[in-house]
Amino acid sequence: MNDMPTPASIGLSREDLPNSYIGRAVPRPNLPKLVQGRATYTDDVVLPRMLHAAFLRSPHAHARILAIRTEAALGVPGVVRVFTGADLAKVCDPWVAVLDHLKGMKSAPQHPLPLDRATWQGEAVVAVLADTRAAAEDGVAALEVDWEPLPAQTDMETALAPGAVVIHPELGDNLVFTRTATKGDVDAAFAAAHRVVEATFVTGRHTGVTLEPRSIIADYNRADGMLTVHQATQAPHMMQNVYAKHLRMEESQVRVICKDVGGSFGIKVHVYPDEVAVAAMARVLGRPVKFIADRFESFASDIHARDHRIKARMAVEADGTIIGFDVDDLTGIGPYSVYPRTSAIEGNQVVNLVGGPYDFAHYRCTTTVVLQNKAPTCQYRAVGHPIATAVTEGLVEMAARALGMDALELRRRNMIRDDAYPFTSPPGMRFEGLSHHASLDKLLEMVPVARIRADQAEQRKKGVYRGLGFAAFIELTNPSPFMYGIGGARISAQDGCTVRMDPDGSVVASSGVTEQGQGTEAILAQIVAHGVGVPVERVKIITGDTLTTPYGGGTWACRGAGIGGEAALQSALALKAQILEVAGAMLQATPESLDIVMGNITDRATGAERMSLHELGRIVYFRGDTLPRDLPRELVQTRHFITKEYPFAFTNGIQACWVEVDTDTGMVKLLEHWVVEDCGRVVNPLLVDEQVRGGVVQGLGGALYEHCVYDAQGNLLTTTMADYLVPMSAEMPDIHVGHVETPTKESLLGAKGAGEAGTAGAPGALMNAINDALAPLSAQVLEQPFTPARILAALGRI
Amino acid sequence: MMITLTVNGERVSRHVEPRRHLIDFLRLDLGLTGSHAGCEHGVCGACTVRVDGEIVRGCLVLAASLDGAEVTTIEGLTDSGEVADLQDQFVARNAAQCGFCTPGMVMAAADILRHHADADRAAIREHLSGNYCRCTGYQAIVEAVETTLAARRERAA
Repeated sequence: MNDMPTPASIGLSREDLPNSYIGRAVPRPNLPKLVQGRATYTDDVVLPRMLHAAFLRSPHAHARILAIRTEAALGVPGVVRVFTGADLAKVCDPWVAVLDHLKGMKSAPQHPLPLDRATWQGEAVVAVLADTRAAAEDGVAALEVDWEPLPAQTDMETALAPGAVVIHPELGDNLVFTRTATKGDVDAAFAAAHRVVEATFVTGRHTGVTLEPRSIIADYNRADGMLTVHQATQAPHMMQNVYAKHLRMEESQVRVICKDVGGSFGIKVHVYPDEVAVAAMARVLGRPVKFIADRFESFASDIHARDHRIKARMAVEADGTIIGFDVDDLTGIGPYSVYPRTSAIEGNQVVNLVGGPYDFAHYRCTTTVVLQNKAPTCQYRAVGHPIATAVTEGLVEMAARALGMDALELRRRNMIRDDAYPFTSPPGMRFEGLSHHASLDKLLEMVPVARIRADQAEQRKKGVYRGLGFAAFIELTNPSPFMYGIGGARISAQDGCTVRMDPDGSVVASSGVTEQGQGTEAILAQIVAHGVGVPVERVKIITGDTLTTPYGGGTWACRGAGIGGEAALQSALALKAQILEVAGAMLQATPESLDIVMGNITDRATGAERMSLHELGRIVYFRGDTLPRDLPRELVQTRHFITKEYPFAFTNGIQACWVEVDTDTGMVKLLEHWVVEDCGRVVNPLLVDEQVRGGVVQGLGGALYEHCVYDAQGNLLTTTMADYLVPMSAEMPDIHVGHVETPTKESLLGAKGAGEAGTAGAPGALMNAINDALAPLSAQVLEQPFTPARILAALGRI
Repeated sequence: MMITLTVNGERVSRHVEPRRHLIDFLRLDLGLTGSHAGCEHGVCGACTVRVDGEIVRGCLVLAASLDGAEVTTIEGLTDSGEVADLQDQFVARNAAQCGFCTPGMVMAAADILRHHADADRAAIREHLSGNYCRCTGYQAIVEAVETTLAARRERAA
């Protein structure tokens, strides 16, 4: 394992081993089309006879649907058809989003359009199909619906209280799921502790705001019985199963095609009722139906996330040793658990991840997941990590202040030793190999702490409040079936890759993982080029088509490089072996004495070129008659990969954030940000760094600006980008990224995930930086987003 | 109503509904899908195109108001070669991930190259702050523009 020769491991420079692409900053081959406006997003696809869908969405958080009158809408020029929930129930079966391994979890059946009751403002209720989107919207405006508004349950704190509105009476109450993890004796340990710090943290409900909205075209062809769905999705094979299952078709009758995707971040890995409605309507009509969410629809019906209240305590010894954590997490997830991944995973992750970087004995963490009449929440980039990290690291810095101890020293004293692995954390997470101490050392090489502290002291004399905050974190990547499969969901944790060599010596690889902009196709091309021995320009990658790619899970939980990458490497090495066997027969040499370098068969000992792959391809494909009769000559190989030793490959890292807080306006200025993360083998440092930077900004956005604000009646107040603020370039800092590499031994490639590390740590680091700035004023903020109003309130200014 | 205008150097005439936005006109009527509709409120900048030499939001301009106008989209800007160096820098620095914002970002950055040759990092960040990018964190984009400006200054010197 891990004995793959890299240039460094065999004492060569990259120039000496030209097709060694692992670890090289190769530009993405699919980037020129993006910068020239020549990509193909789902909305760019136009099919013959295509209709456009628009939805009437519930104006109420909770209301009975008494009557739907469609006559006027059907009279609007261009309108072809109107569908209600009852219409679609005839052709589409409802779903219940629970997983067997989340014990006791419950949720209600959900239809593509509700039958008699709307349960959140923005829920799609009636669909209008027309020959243009504008006409479909005109049709929606002409629909008449009689509503009986019902009391809405919006406050998660009262969801389980007597007198709460039970959103689905058949469930008995609003409790979806609860789980407590315990280790040691928390009560006794806390009672005996030198010091206990405690606080209530709030993370604000926010959402993904992918710039490309949710997009789908479903096309049912009665002649061949195929439903072809063009969709911006992270998981084509999962969606294939969902459409087949609920539209009563065979999986082989459904093809999901995903071309370019304009950002996902978890938003596009879920089943949305309006998208299933589009597929159902196409099935009924036998013609293509397109739906592209507009921005209002995105805010009101994309999944939201991170709506948590966390009461947390941490106990420490006088010397700073962490004794334990005691945490109570409460989260409101909207009126339905989201299919098929469920909306209990985020809370479950909080339970799994609090205290992650540290070695301590006593642990108790409960998550309580409740229903409410707001948009459904589900997995969004770094699921649960930013919450667990902010809680853990907020308590760590509070404890350091309480003990008069340097917070980095406290961390160093408690972080799991770099030589302590394998290690099992108090909530039962198994770590194969992490590098907290090495990462902290690396961070301190990058962050000029002494200069910053001197500047901080100098500025305070002038009434300028600057703060430096840190956050160490762990990140769950490379998930095994323990994430979803064991719970009964048909979500593949395995992924595959087929690599073939064509007659001209070029290589085509098709993979079950998908490209959302993170650079999947680029790293797959690098890995395949490396594995086969060809220039990366000679490799083409196919992703995003259930009919032509090996079955796989797609993109989620940071698995593209670690799982999809290993499948690509193994299939590439298998193809190389097959090519060398054929070459050996042609050159009358043993395959072991040959190699492939930059597209040429070479003599392994001397490096002398013996034959080009182009020539080998010519002979195999066009003059097979000249080869030995029984020589295997299939220049195509498929391999699948799944992790087997550990349920997840954890990664780790640490961030630092340097801010200035204006105590008159409450505004936070981000001055500089640093990240060190360990994602195992770095396949492409350029792409990993950009994943980290983008992730950091997404984390900073959620902690500073982004908030889905509801009033007490469940009306969403932030439905445009003028109301819901996202990070823009002028507010964002320069972000410095460093790496420690601890490859996983589960694969030859050794890669773990890198996409969520930035988001996992940034909110905690920012919170600690703000509170470091406010410390001399005896103020602190614990409720995200850290808006000017909240900061001024903490300062007692308002 | 009927409008006649120049789009990417070609004269086009079309009947348009009064409510047709420029971005829909370009994408749906002319098939110029390089420009994107992101928020349709003039905030995100994904629909940024050039009209009579100045960048505008395609979602805030009515096509009906553009009779006689000269419009340049990412397709035309690319074909002209005006920002080939900038686009090369975007590729070299991975200044685009999903690419949905990128055409609008390139249009906005082209405006910096044309009008603000001495823009520093902060000025670049400020100028691009009307274009939302969810993927990159902006730094690579800022550096692509900064490097292009520096190279152009060097060539001009």
